[in-house]
Amino acid sequence: MRHLLSAADLDRAQAVTVLDVAEQMAATQRREIKKLPTLRGRTVVNLFFEDSTRTRISFEAAAKRLSADVINFSAKGSSVSKGESLKDTALTLEAMGADAVVVRHPASGAPHRLAHAGWTRGAVVNAGDGTHEHPTQALLDAFTMRRHLVENATGADLAGRRVAVVGDVLHSRVARSNVLLLNTLGAHVVLVAPPTLLPVGVEGWPCEVSYDLDATLAGAHGDLDAVMMLRVQAERMNASYFPSVREYSRRYGLDARRVGLLPDHTVVMHPGPMNRGLEISADAADSPRSTIVEQVTNGVAVRMAVLYLLLAGARDLAPAGPPADEVALTEGVLP
Amino acid sequence: MTSTTAGTTWLVRRSRVLGGQPTDVLVENGVVAEIGPGLSAAGASVLDADGLVLLPGLVDLHTHLREPGREDAETVETGSQAAARGGFTAVHAMANTDPVADTAGVVEQVWRLGRRSGWVDVRPVGAVTVGLAGERLAELGAMADSAAGVRVFSDDGKCVSDAVLMRRALEYVKAFDGVVAQHAQEPRLTDGAQMHEGAVSAVLGLRGWPAVAEEAIIARDVLLAGHVGSRLHVCHLSTAGSVEIVRWAKGRGIDVTAEVTPHHLLLTDEEVRSYDPVFKVNPPLRTAEDVMALREALADGTIDIVATDHAPHPVEDKDCEWAAAAMGMTGLETALSVVQHTMVETGLLDWAGVAQRMSAAPARIGRVADQGRPLVVGEPAHLTLVDPAARWTVEPHTMATMGRNSPFRGRELPGQVVATFYAGHPTVLDGKLAAPRPSTTPGRDA
Repeated sequence: MRHLLSAADLDRAQAVTVLDVAEQMAATQRREIKKLPTLRGRTVVNLFFEDSTRTRISFEAAAKRLSADVINFSAKGSSVSKGESLKDTALTLEAMGADAVVVRHPASGAPHRLAHAGWTRGAVVNAGDGTHEHPTQALLDAFTMRRHLVENATGADLAGRRVAVVGDVLHSRVARSNVLLLNTLGAHVVLVAPPTLLPVGVEGWPCEVSYDLDATLAGAHGDLDAVMMLRVQAERMNASYFPSVREYSRRYGLDARRVGLLPDHTVVMHPGPMNRGLEISADAADSPRSTIVEQVTNGVAVRMAVLYLLLAGARDLAPAGPPADEVALTEGVLP
Repeated sequence: MTSTTAGTTWLVRRSRVLGGQPTDVLVENGVVAEIGPGLSAAGASVLDADGLVLLPGLVDLHTHLREPGREDAETVETGSQAAARGGFTAVHAMANTDPVADTAGVVEQVWRLGRRSGWVDVRPVGAVTVGLAGERLAELGAMADSAAGVRVFSDDGKCVSDAVLMRRALEYVKAFDGVVAQHAQEPRLTDGAQMHEGAVSAVLGLRGWPAVAEEAIIARDVLLAGHVGSRLHVCHLSTAGSVEIVRWAKGRGIDVTAEVTPHHLLLTDEEVRSYDPVFKVNPPLRTAEDVMALREALADGTIDIVATDHAPHPVEDKDCEWAAAAMGMTGLETALSVVQHTMVETGLLDWAGVAQRMSAAPARIGRVADQGRPLVVGEPAHLTLVDPAARWTVEPHTMATMGRNSPFRGRELPGQVVATFYAGHPTVLDGKLAAPRPSTTPGRDA
């Protein structure tokens, strides 16, 4: 695999490898000196056509901790209406010798174009494209779930685990990548949303669909192991996706009462940024079972793993450990 | 001025007229002078057409020539050259130019450019509403009475979505035997739409263009046409549901005709998985079930004609991310090949059926009196010779159109247009552009 464009690019073995390498990366991040020399001399470009401070700094931290040179290229305002085209931006980055391009773009499929139109030779990592996918978010979510829900996590997948993904599935790149990756890892997904916020064609996805959050939390699709709340943008209300923010919150928001319906071990997740009081109440977000802050931490380790596997020679993301010379380089940090 | 084709005589030997038995055809003074085996004519240029199928010159009811305004995308000259190479002898130039073809002045300009080019008969389409804005009727009568003699009116690219305006347009054009060609697209249901709404759009995260947005407008329009007793033409019908509605309307005796594009006869929304904007078109590529329903409807006559919706775009308008890309595909130089591939080689149509749907019926709908005529003695010699045994690979940069946006790029297709005769004058010979018919407009036009 040369690029990471979709969660569907990963088969089970590759996905487990990413999670395992991410565990190794996470271990290095508990040390006093967090920096590894692995990508010294390589250049990673963060190409962000859309504001996303959290995702950008997560990728930036990941690349820097692997000693890559990082160039942040913010092209806010889409290439659609003004300024340089995606193609010319890509040619510019190619001319600068980018080894990897981490791209966030408001247009679905823009990373595919970047990877396949012949504009750049670098590895392309999709950091969120329109309403399509956000594969590293799904990887960090799976990583977080595996840590909480699976004993002896290394080498394991999420077979048999049940995950509810709740909210604006229609516009969510997080939901699309999660459905694909969780299915690849053997987990069972239930999407919960008002019918207006589910895409026509969702019946073809490898998951179940529910319109009733209470029933789902109470076990209508089996005991849940994780509940993932999606961000809902209030402006959807103006497009008649739901009658009011309050009604949405009443029917699809996660509050203390609904958390009480869940089994004790179930984790509560959110990709951020949260609308507290809309899709998730403060009680739920700050409860001990919330992994929301931990997800952010895990994001760095997972993105380190992705950049490492794409750039440090292990291009096939083979289910083997890092190459011997890399292990030597990092002085035994990576087993 | 004397007829420019006077004195030019062509003997086409052993072609198969509408795919029948080989025979000879003598073309003299722009008309079919004789048909029969073993003809001879002193001084005639001879074209050996052994194995070739002879069709009436093709007529396209839906072409974007882009001039005036977007001469970087196509001109009347290059677009009509592409048409000739595709076997066409007449094209209808859509009104969404800049300025919009919504006045007698603009349609006459396009008409004169076509006459001067001389590759095909360029028939301007007039806009239904001023500036395609969908607010008030353009001067339809003035365009009808102009030198361009407009009979087809369309806001193509935009739907005449206002029901009252559509009703008035349908009624008004009856006075001069016009037809309203509707681009059926309910605008609110397709706001920001990027591709067919269904299983593929759900996965790709591209905003959906639901079939119902087309079908709802067609249903309304056939009812309106029936109510006021007018003629309605449906542009680029693309869904199985639309087929059902048109079939129902025809069964009720409503005067409706419909077209399908070659790309909707072959390609599906699965192509969009590449995110390559060459597959971005409006209406969008639909599902395999829709494709099969369209083929069947074209075969059984529910859909009357094939029209290309030839829509050239400059490279930069397609060499970008999907959402930023322009909608549209070139089609003039691949249309007949795609129809052979999807309709003839599948046994759904014979060559006479192709001639009906690509020449006679579009000429009748557009009221192009001297085109789409039967291949008999005395008729104008608008002729197309196609080699059905040829196979070729589509290479956009070798085409006559300026547009490089062919969705068939790299695909092998059957059937090559070997020669095109426009009023007895060969515009294409040996598969290459020959020469335009010398201008039939006196003097230089302003």
